[in-house]
Amino acid sequence: MSSAAIRYIDSVRPDTGLYNGKLGVWLFLASEAMLFGALFSTYALLRVGAPAGTWPVGASVLSVPLATVNTMFLISSTVTMLLAWAACKTRDRAKFKLYLGLTVLLGAVFLAVKLFEYNLKFHHHLYPSTNTFLGLYFTMTGLHGLHVFGGIVVNAYLWGPGSKMWDTAPDQFTNRIETAGLYWHFVDLVWIFLFPVLYLT
Amino acid sequence: MSEAHHEELPFWRKYIFSIDHKVIGIQYALTSLVFLFFGFCLMMLMRWQLAYPGQPLPLIGEWFSDESMVGGRMLPEFYNQLGAMHGTIMVFMGVVPLAVGAFGNYVLPLQIGAPDMAFPKLNMASYWIFLPGGLFMLASFFVPGGAAQSGWTSYAPLAEITVPGKTLFTGQTMWLVGMVFLITSSLLGAVNFLTTTIQLRADGLTWMRLPFFVWAQFVTSFLLLLAFPPLEAAGILQLMDRVAGTSFFLPSGLVVSGEPLQVAGGGSALLWQHLFWFLAHPEVYVLILPAMGIVGEIIANNTRKPLWGYKSLVYSTIFLGFMSFLVWAHHMYLTGMGTAINAFFQTTTMIISIPSVIILSALLISLWGGSIRFNTPMLFALGFLPMFGIGGLTGLPLGLSTPDIHLHDTYYVIGHFHYVVAPGTIFALFAGIYFWFPKITGRRMSETLGKIHFFGSFAMMNGIFMPMLWQGLAGVSRRLWDGGVTYAHAQEVLPLNKVMSYSAWTLALFQLPFIFNLFWSIWKGRKVDDNPWEATTLDWATPTPPPHGNFETIPVVYRGPYEYSTPGHITDFFPQHQPEGA
Repeated sequence: MSSAAIRYIDSVRPDTGLYNGKLGVWLFLASEAMLFGALFSTYALLRVGAPAGTWPVGASVLSVPLATVNTMFLISSTVTMLLAWAACKTRDRAKFKLYLGLTVLLGAVFLAVKLFEYNLKFHHHLYPSTNTFLGLYFTMTGLHGLHVFGGIVVNAYLWGPGSKMWDTAPDQFTNRIETAGLYWHFVDLVWIFLFPVLYLT
Repeated sequence: MSEAHHEELPFWRKYIFSIDHKVIGIQYALTSLVFLFFGFCLMMLMRWQLAYPGQPLPLIGEWFSDESMVGGRMLPEFYNQLGAMHGTIMVFMGVVPLAVGAFGNYVLPLQIGAPDMAFPKLNMASYWIFLPGGLFMLASFFVPGGAAQSGWTSYAPLAEITVPGKTLFTGQTMWLVGMVFLITSSLLGAVNFLTTTIQLRADGLTWMRLPFFVWAQFVTSFLLLLAFPPLEAAGILQLMDRVAGTSFFLPSGLVVSGEPLQVAGGGSALLWQHLFWFLAHPEVYVLILPAMGIVGEIIANNTRKPLWGYKSLVYSTIFLGFMSFLVWAHHMYLTGMGTAINAFFQTTTMIISIPSVIILSALLISLWGGSIRFNTPMLFALGFLPMFGIGGLTGLPLGLSTPDIHLHDTYYVIGHFHYVVAPGTIFALFAGIYFWFPKITGRRMSETLGKIHFFGSFAMMNGIFMPMLWQGLAGVSRRLWDGGVTYAHAQEVLPLNKVMSYSAWTLALFQLPFIFNLFWSIWKGRKVDDNPWEATTLDWATPTPPPHGNFETIPVVYRGPYEYSTPGHITDFFPQHQPEGA
């Protein structure tokens, strides 16, 4: 082992109890929380500042049933993500492939439904420029959708070419699945906030 | 050198798409120095217009297109572009990448005894997101309508109605896209610095044994990590306003040039300011903390004694970082937020001045009783102290809402801020370049040229910024294209414009010895050994230049960072990695 090797890639540092990737992704998620936090603050400020009676009730403009079904898809995908990580821990490659594949699939279905919803709005001539509520709806769900897309890309890579590490560096690979999972759970959590804020109030 | 047993990388992997933190640090350094110089040139153009309003610019005036200068006479729109882009370039593409991207990247892993950053590929990605973002923003000078011209703050609604257009290629839209790139780069960098500091410290390097520079970078990274995302969100919202026709920052009933604006309305102009300053106030500490870190290293080394009050310095820095999230609206006293909110923010602002004063005092007291070596890095570090002191003290009246009524948006603000950042931070960065140059190249920069650079810059910086304070006290607005010629109350302080402009141009001349020195010394500087300053921290325990992987053996740390003149030790410095009795 030369001195050039970076430590704590696949093992934990004793005094912090973390490996590098896990700490890195938690820090990244902290910044993501600030990003979406700023958008939710914007929502609150603009809604409070709107003249009484002008802010539309979400359900009168948006489709609650579609969003409910979509919420189910996304929640299920976080369960399969967790199961994929568990399969890494038990070294069951077939199960790992199944569950991570399902995660990618459910994420893609979520995005497809989202695009269908967007299309529905455009059909009714509802655009981001129509009013501030729709502007926020498209911006916030759009940015969330980009995050979902990013997660799908990462998970698909880990399912496909990235899974070569299953045999060559099993510990590091399990860590990668865990960190990708942390991100995926965060993206899911953002939706859990977006759904009631935009659709149900 | 341990390079022998590393396979030789092709040129483009070694110097261009390198994952070595030292190469990336140097890439950041050279890029940001070029950007700094460019931003400086924009300012020199502005200074011509302020000294000689409406007169044709000699020699180079004809080189500009008719959109910016007619017959060498600067148009107001172009002046505004220069102002907005000077601020943006200096802060986001010059000082921060130099202070954090360059010094943080090069020095931090060395000082904590790490072979590299925790995520080397991510590190490379940070630089390669930063560079295109910066270049894209600069390219906006060449699109129709020119670059962004609504100040570096891009206040809405002005920024949204100036040169509107739903295309990507308008100045303000390119500014926003460029900012999203620069912010993303900073966020990735911050994640990397924090993880590296927490995870990759050498054995024995406990938190209270970290060099002050590492602490400063650590807190800075937290500020970047948590304060930048709200501006990214704000940037995305303004982008939506400009490109998708939303009206997040456009209130209802807006009339532009006599015509009602055709948007849905319902937005809030104040919201932009809140989101912007939520970043931009912590950003001020992002600018100053790494500078303080560099100054701390150099003062301890050149006074040959430990920093006075190391723990106070560390706790003050942490407290400063925390408080910097609670002071942002002191930039907004005149927006009509209400006196209750003003009272809150002026209280937090007075509180945050306490840790700043502690840090500056501790650095100043560190000089007491030292046998000081007055080399170039030390001169710049010493220059930093009073200049930052003036910058900080002139900020107090701005932090109180009542005097701010008079001073807001005057040249006083410009003078105050530039005292903090120009002879403050930039002096510290110069100090750092002179200080770590021998580690990077194995040679020292010329002392004679360095001293010319320092004394010339010191005099000229004050020649530029002191008169700004006077003009501001006289009430001259900071945004006047003609420097105040048409205002009765500005007449008395108007001649100062020429003083400032000649100081600025002379300041440029005094940078020539530095630029020459920087390149000349790479090949011709005096050769030195691995630890020419006889320093104690781990960055000087590597071979010169440090090979890939930095250390020949993994260092172990036995003591605090500044064991200078330790009683009973054979030399006047006791390196952190040297065991007792060695």
